[in-house]
Amino acid sequence: MTTIAPEKVAAPQKGWAGRSIPRKEDKRLVQGEGVFVDDVKRHGMGYLHFVRSPYAHAHITSVDVSKAEEIGGVYGTLTGEEVAALTDPFFQISSAPGASIKDYSLAVGKVRYVGEPVVAVVAETRELARDASELVEVEYEPLPAVTDARRAQDEGAPVLHEDAGGNLMWTGVYEWGDVDQAFAEADKVVSISELHFHRFNSTPLELDGAVVEYNRGVNQWTIHCNNQFPGFAAIMMGPAMRCGLDKLRFVTQDIGGGFGNKITSHPQLVVCCLLARKLNRPINWTEWRTDFHLSMSHGNERFFQDTEVAVTDDGTLLGFRTKALDDAGAWLRYEPLGGVIWAQVVPGMYRWQHVRLEFTQVATNKAPVSPNRGYSRMQHLWFTERVIDIVAHELGLDPVEVRKRNYIRAEEMPYTTPNGCVYDSGDYARMLDLALDLVGYESIGARRLDAEARGKLLGVGIGSTLDSGTNNFGQSRLINPELQFSGNNEVATVKLDIFGEIVVTLGTTPQGQGHETTAAQVVADILKCSVDDVHVRAGHDDYWNSHAGFSGTYASQFAVTGLTAVKGATEMLAAEILKLGSVILGGVPEDALELADGTVRIKDNPEAALPFMACGAIINANNAGLPEDLGVTLNCRYVYRPPFEVPDVERKYGNLTLTYAAQVHVAVIEIDPETGRYEVVDYAAVDDCGNRINPQIVEGQVMGATAQAIGAAMHEVYEYDEEGNLLTPNFYDYHVPHALDMPPLKTGAIESPSPFTELGTKGMGEGGGAGIHAICAAVQDALRGHGDAIVWDSHNPYHRVWEMLQDPAQSRSRVRVS
Amino acid sequence: MAALSSSASIVVTVNGTTYERDVAARKLLIHFLRDDLDLTGSHIGCDTGNCGACSVIVNGTLVKSCMMLAVQCDGATIETVEGLSENGELTVLQQAFSEHHALQCGYCTPGMLMSATALLRENPSPSEDEIRKGLQGNICRCTGYWNIVEAVKAAAR
Repeated sequence: MTTIAPEKVAAPQKGWAGRSIPRKEDKRLVQGEGVFVDDVKRHGMGYLHFVRSPYAHAHITSVDVSKAEEIGGVYGTLTGEEVAALTDPFFQISSAPGASIKDYSLAVGKVRYVGEPVVAVVAETRELARDASELVEVEYEPLPAVTDARRAQDEGAPVLHEDAGGNLMWTGVYEWGDVDQAFAEADKVVSISELHFHRFNSTPLELDGAVVEYNRGVNQWTIHCNNQFPGFAAIMMGPAMRCGLDKLRFVTQDIGGGFGNKITSHPQLVVCCLLARKLNRPINWTEWRTDFHLSMSHGNERFFQDTEVAVTDDGTLLGFRTKALDDAGAWLRYEPLGGVIWAQVVPGMYRWQHVRLEFTQVATNKAPVSPNRGYSRMQHLWFTERVIDIVAHELGLDPVEVRKRNYIRAEEMPYTTPNGCVYDSGDYARMLDLALDLVGYESIGARRLDAEARGKLLGVGIGSTLDSGTNNFGQSRLINPELQFSGNNEVATVKLDIFGEIVVTLGTTPQGQGHETTAAQVVADILKCSVDDVHVRAGHDDYWNSHAGFSGTYASQFAVTGLTAVKGATEMLAAEILKLGSVILGGVPEDALELADGTVRIKDNPEAALPFMACGAIINANNAGLPEDLGVTLNCRYVYRPPFEVPDVERKYGNLTLTYAAQVHVAVIEIDPETGRYEVVDYAAVDDCGNRINPQIVEGQVMGATAQAIGAAMHEVYEYDEEGNLLTPNFYDYHVPHALDMPPLKTGAIESPSPFTELGTKGMGEGGGAGIHAICAAVQDALRGHGDAIVWDSHNPYHRVWEMLQDPAQSRSRVRVS
Repeated sequence: MAALSSSASIVVTVNGTTYERDVAARKLLIHFLRDDLDLTGSHIGCDTGNCGACSVIVNGTLVKSCMMLAVQCDGATIETVEGLSENGELTVLQQAFSEHHALQCGYCTPGMLMSATALLRENPSPSEDEIRKGLQGNICRCTGYWNIVEAVKAAAR
């Protein structure tokens, strides 16, 4: 592994920000002292197990829980019928027709995918709950299933949601620039009949879970959980459960990976809440791995059909038109937001001005999709990168040159995209040069020959992507103009306690991103103390009052939303300490004071210092005689609100995210043409997320995103048979990379500070799926001159590569140049 | 359901403390450690023995504790992640994990540490390839393994 230091650093390194200090979280985690949700125990707790549908589509004709409830040690059950009586359907984000579906936390009347929860059983032990579930008798009347999004709107196709009148959930046309004119001006039009982005997700190692307690006296639930977006869960759960949001107290501490997959556990949390109330005891729900694979948060599967690309002879990309067909699975749990999230990165890294995309989302008898690392942008960026490489190969152009010719240039930043998004900063061409250098691109010709001499086909592929961060939730109105969401926010509180402890609370729900550490770095720089003096509370608790509507950890934003909130609260506290110091030190003007070494003191006179401990003690416990109008509490709360406008719904135009981190990855692979088996032999990942508060944490995120992309490109897929059975329901069939699967990795970074954020930071972590694109491109490159197959799927296991070698015409028939 | 009533009394020594407990015959070692002894450092990430988050050392041998019944451990000496550090002093390996940023969410970390501990006992100076082989039974979804391998290398020196 090689690490290249940034070429451009914003300022000389002083203070804590910008340093790779070890994480504050680590000490507990390496000793097994983290508190993950299944570690929470309560007296008399019952264990919940779900009875799940064995059918992809069926009417439920009867449910009988009596035999299960007769067993000693079984505390009780919950059925869909009870859920329908006790709750209302979840609020739907979609406009018509998806708006009409009725989504409850257990199946009501009908099941729509294999693994859908039908009944919940609670018992004294995990084992008993599982056994008792076997005694629940559910009668089904099977129905035909639809598992291919392309067949979902066919005449006579099975309909999942009769309320919606068909399987169409949402559709919209996006068009910017003058697309017809672009095609009229084009020298060449490259047509691609169909590309396919496959279904997978990030499979966090810790599964979903909760321990839910109900306080009967105040009708309030405490939900210890690992949901990564409590703000969203609350607005889904409160109306459904007919309670105010203050009745739902979310608590998290350590979360064992999330990657977006832990945003939509609200249906299961509702079931836990109902049972905690019904049975009057705490409920533990811990998902099993197979449950997760069957039912939780698959990434969006998407087809790109009838694509046409307008190009000039010199390789200038003018525009494209395509139809995106998105497979939502059985329910819209966060969807159809995927139908707009992609629009954060409409042109990818490129300068094309004329774009038309018809987006259609349909329901199928498969697990519901929800956000997955790179959510919706990854699918679209894979598409744009595929287009670049297919155009380059079909027109005989160099993929490196086509990229450089069409990349948005550093001097054009901030750059307004055709749909009004503003890319804040970046230098994509320089990133590409750096990545190519890291894999020794200059000598790639010789390595190609060397591989050939060994009977291998060498390929090089580039993935250049964006990680758009800090959502403007106003984009949801492009899906449904009736929605009343816009902007974004995050909260932090910083206080000086009675003995001078600096205590920070966040609204976020970190899952390994090191928030305790980076928050402490920001605080320590402002208060001029050590990070060791800063105590950042682990996790999230609604009782801390350090959250707002959009609080959580998702969508690449903490370095902007979370840390700016921390900065704001800490600056408020610093100002209060100076104000107090001014009074206590005898009326010295505040501008004659400074913070240093855990004190407030008179500049140039370190003897005249008031320790933070004294400040905390005076305000909290020894405050008689202080001026009435002092206005100092030493307990400061700051809400960061990014500068956003509501997008123009008619034109589908506006800035949808605040920052645009960039990734350029280069993969070098070698294929064995006899078997299709291939190996990544060299790999470079170059990242630019602006100023890095803790470069080691940033690099760790880059590595993790790279590994997940390699896994997705080569191994990981949620594959269904025609009857809707998931063929990869566990880690035997769903292969995630192991230590031996990882290629040599070289990482590099540049820092283009964001002009739109107070710390110059950009959200990062999702990684844009650059590795998927890089590997697809490398496979296609390796096959050049060996049948010239076109890579049309984001998932290329060895057998598919072998098929492309055996029958290149099959893939080539998808492409036409006119 | 008859099997549910089958239980046995076992004596195990975990991290130097001896416990005598009645356990259901069907209970997995991982659930015994976590639920009965409240040693929640070992984790569960799958139900098929693939992920290694539950790795512990039983009588000197690395095992996945979801693949073993508690009753099979009668008389055994068991080491878990909670027993690695002494009086809050991290082992060289634990320290190396932090210094090399070999953990993010920390969920796989206890299992990784136990696998690496077992590896280093058997082979104090493993090559990179031997480290990767030694860790192949443990899944991490956050780090891509690169920093974990670096940490084990550093601890091996």
